[in-house]
This record gives sequence, C-alpha cells and structure tokens, in this order.
Amino acid sequence: MPQIFRPGANAYARIVLVCLVTVPVISILVVYVVMGSSFVTGQNVFVDQSPPFSHQHHVGALGIGCKMCHVSVEKSAFAGLPTTHVCMTCHSQIWTNAPMLAPVRASMAEDKPLKWRRVNNLPDYVFFDHSAHVKNGVGCSSCHGAVDTMPLMEQAKPLTMSWCLSCHEAPEKMLRPEDQIYNLHWSPPKDQEEKGKALIAHYAIDPKHLIDCSVCHR
Amino acid sequence: MRAALFLVLFAALGLAGCGDGDMADQPSLRDQEASDIWGIGTSVRPLPEGAIAQIAPATEAALAVPPPVSEALLHRGQEDFETFCAPCHGFAGDGDGIIVQRGFSPPPSYHSPRLRAAPASHFIDVITNGFGAMYSFADRVTPEERWAIVAYIRALQLSREASLAEFPEASEKLR
Repeated sequence: MPQIFRPGANAYARIVLVCLVTVPVISILVVYVVMGSSFVTGQNVFVDQSPPFSHQHHVGALGIGCKMCHVSVEKSAFAGLPTTHVCMTCHSQIWTNAPMLAPVRASMAEDKPLKWRRVNNLPDYVFFDHSAHVKNGVGCSSCHGAVDTMPLMEQAKPLTMSWCLSCHEAPEKMLRPEDQIYNLHWSPPKDQEEKGKALIAHYAIDPKHLIDCSVCHR
Repeated sequence: MRAALFLVLFAALGLAGCGDGDMADQPSLRDQEASDIWGIGTSVRPLPEGAIAQIAPATEAALAVPPPVSEALLHRGQEDFETFCAPCHGFAGDGDGIIVQRGFSPPPSYHSPRLRAAPASHFIDVITNGFGAMYSFADRVTPEERWAIVAYIRALQLSREASLAEFPEASEKLR
C-alpha cells in the first residue's frame, strides 16, 4: 500500500499548525486596529459644508465665543446649531454679496433652514447631555478639539465607548475650573491629579456612578 | 417533536430582531436631525402662525423686575456681555468691536451722555427687540442673562466716571 501523504505534507502540516494560532490572533488585531481607525470612527475627517463655515475664521481670527451660536450648550442636552437669523446678525451688513454666503441668503429668503452635515454623531442609543458636561468641568475642547484652528469642522476625537469611559473612569484627569470651560487650548496642568480631585468635590460629582450603564444608555 | 417546533419558533423570534432595525439611527427624531417630516428638511417643527411660547408670561414677568445686583450677577453679566455684545460693542463698550472693525455699522458708545442717562429698561428693550442694525437677541439671551448684561454695562459706565473719593478702599490701595 502506497503512502497516503507525500514527504511535502510535513511542511503543510506545520504551516497549518502555525496558521491555527496566528490567523485568529492577526484577525483580531486587524479588526481592533480597523475599528479604532478613523475609517470607522470618522475621526479627523473634514466634513464639507454648504456654506463652508470656518471656525478658524470666526472663533480663531474674530474671537467670537462658542455660545454666540451654540446657545443652548449650558441649558440643554443639545448645544444647538445657529439659526439663519444668528448668521444674519452680522452678515446682514458684512459680506452681503459674497458668493460663499449664497446658501445663507437663500435660507433667509425662502424661510428654509440651512442644511449642515453632522460632524460629531453619537449613536441614537447613547444619551449625551452637553449642559451636564459643560456645567460640571468638562470643556468644549476635551471632545471637540481646538476648533479655532479648523477651517472646516472635523471630528477631533474617536467618540468610541472606550474613549468616553477613559474620562468617566477617571474624571480627575480632565476636569477644569469654571473659567476654563471655553478655553480651546486648555491642557491639564502638572498638578492636575490633585486639582482634579478637588474639582470632583467642587462640582459634587459622584465618580462611583459615572460608569453605570444607565448614565449613557437609557 | 414539540421541542423542535419550539426551537424553530424561538429561532424565528430571534431573527425578527434583525432586519432593518439600525440601533444607531433609530426612527425617533433627535434635535435638529435631518428629516422630511415637516417638509423643510429638519426635525424642528416650524412654529404655526400666531404661536405663543408657554414661557411667554414668565419671560415678561422676569423682564419687568430687575434682580438684586450681586457679584455673581456681574460675573455672569461679564461672561454674557463678552460673548454676545463685545464682538460689536467692544470689550469696554466703546462701540468698536471686531465686527465693527470689519465693516458693521458702529453702535453708539455706552459712555455717551445719552446712554449714560438711559434707564436700564432701554438696554433690556434693545437686547429684546433689536435696534437699528442690531438684531433681536431674544432667541439667544434669556431674561436673567439680559439683566446680568445690563448690570455689567452699568459697571462699564461707572468705570469711566468713578472718582477715587467714592471708593475709599481703592484710594487706600493706591497710596
């Protein structure tokens, strides 16, 4: 009776053995990297808008504060996008014939809201409240980055659950005093750990419950 | 046999959970979400003609009586003034803000005799209803914030004409 396997089969057997271990490990690694990459999270992707609104110009160059347009950020879950009325507060007199602003004028004339494309979009099963964060020591730039350097808006952070938890598990690393909330270039000072702990007490935050499922999933 | 039937039914139930349900984008509408429900592309419902906000009486009441002035009110006023007013009126109220420097009609200085003499209700009225080239800020600034801003405008006005004699503590420090 002839041999079932030729000598070369030994090599195949070894390759299969190695693959049994490496393929699952590599697959998991690849999935892990891809799921956290901007391809999936949308991080660092500039979103084209009409009109092409520049935070760099309005916030960076002119120094207009966040709340001028995102009026409800301290009062409700949604920070609010400005109405055409808000744009026209200045543009009724400035750049009145600029082609770039044609969509704003059309919106005003036709009484139809501007259509902005969403940049930071959380899944509908996540409850997020802007006022709860802004009023309790989390500044704008912690999630939105330095918007005053962005010609078009990009999603500055991955907005994944593990990213949310990185702060919910250790809020003392990111909490700021009240007068720094709107500072777009805030970075934690050297003694942040200490200051953060004092701020947890100051804002009366109960860190035990910050990682309860129902805090974000209701 | 019965167990098998049960299993099949159970599996079918499980499958019913799949399908077009995208949990990340549910049919319920979020604030200012893109939607054609009102025919204008947004989930925000246009106000029917003649609609009056439920908070209208509360707004009117809050605007009628000035709140007591406190340090906290002035701080609040400063923050709101610098956000909403300073771009045109300037951080010191001279009417030379950055938007004016870029071509917007210059507003009058708060330090002009006319505005120094104007009652607080005048500033409340202008914030609420707009004035000249200035749009109404009623949709952006709450009645409480309006009073805080007016208190801060008064502080700005005082800062130009105060005499040292009025502030013995300050003159003490200067010596």
